[in-house]
Amino acid sequence: MTVIWWTLDAALFAVVLPVVVLLLNGVLNAARSIIPSVRGIAATAAAGSKDLDAAALLLTTEQQVKQTVAGVAEYGGSLDVIIDDA
Amino acid sequence: MGPGEVMMLAMLLIVLALVVYLVLTIAALRTITKGLDDVIAHVGLIVEKSAPVNDVVSSINGQLDAGVDLLEGLLVKKAGLVDAVGLVDGLYPGAAAQGLRNFPESTDIEAPRISEIYTKGTLTLARLGREAPIAQGNPAGPVLRNIEGGSLAARLLYPEARQSAPGSMPRSPVIGTDAPVQYEQRDDIGQPRKQMPGHR
Repeated sequence: MTVIWWTLDAALFAVVLPVVVLLLNGVLNAARSIIPSVRGIAATAAAGSKDLDAAALLLTTEQQVKQTVAGVAEYGGSLDVIIDDA
Repeated sequence: MGPGEVMMLAMLLIVLALVVYLVLTIAALRTITKGLDDVIAHVGLIVEKSAPVNDVVSSINGQLDAGVDLLEGLLVKKAGLVDAVGLVDGLYPGAAAQGLRNFPESTDIEAPRISEIYTKGTLTLARLGREAPIAQGNPAGPVLRNIEGGSLAARLLYPEARQSAPGSMPRSPVIGTDAPVQYEQRDDIGQPRKQMPGHR
């Protein structure tokens, strides 16, 4: 009976404990390897968000385009009156 | 030390390893969670900022489409489809192959070589004033003037009376102190300008 107990103790020290440590170390390394990637994604998202700050100027562009096309339409109407058709 | 105590020690070491590694893993996962929270916040800002872009760009495109339709229609109405294609191809070489957007038949037209005969400015003026002598030339015909060196060739652009019978035309007036016609000298020439009322 004593031999069986010592055998189990040897198995715990020689097999179970190293395997547990090995598996936990793998999980920890995998988790730590994700951190730089997440930081990179966060930095990229922040840069992308900042780049879109200029998107608000599109409203000004829209107004300018409307005014320009309206002016062109008025000039076109005048040209249509003063120039003979082909 | 008996076998039971050794087993207790082994179990204790296993639990200790579990605690240490799991705590470190939890710390790493917390860092990841914090980073993902930042990502979500920035992505939310991106979504918020880009939400109206589609509508605004669609509106701008609609306005520009209306402008293109207007200008194309006016150009074809005033210059005719063939000359319109020639004008566009003169300003943007190769554009005749693409044709006018609202006139699909324009792609079948062989663009007249308008820009090879006249400069762009002359071409524009000629097409605006169709009574101008330069506008009476046929783009398919010979070149009306030598654009590189023939300054006298410009004479050909004017009516016949100015080319072969200039003597029958009134001469240019003679000016200067020896001119046959002397006009009354104005005293205000060369003097300071009069101040307008209300000018400080």
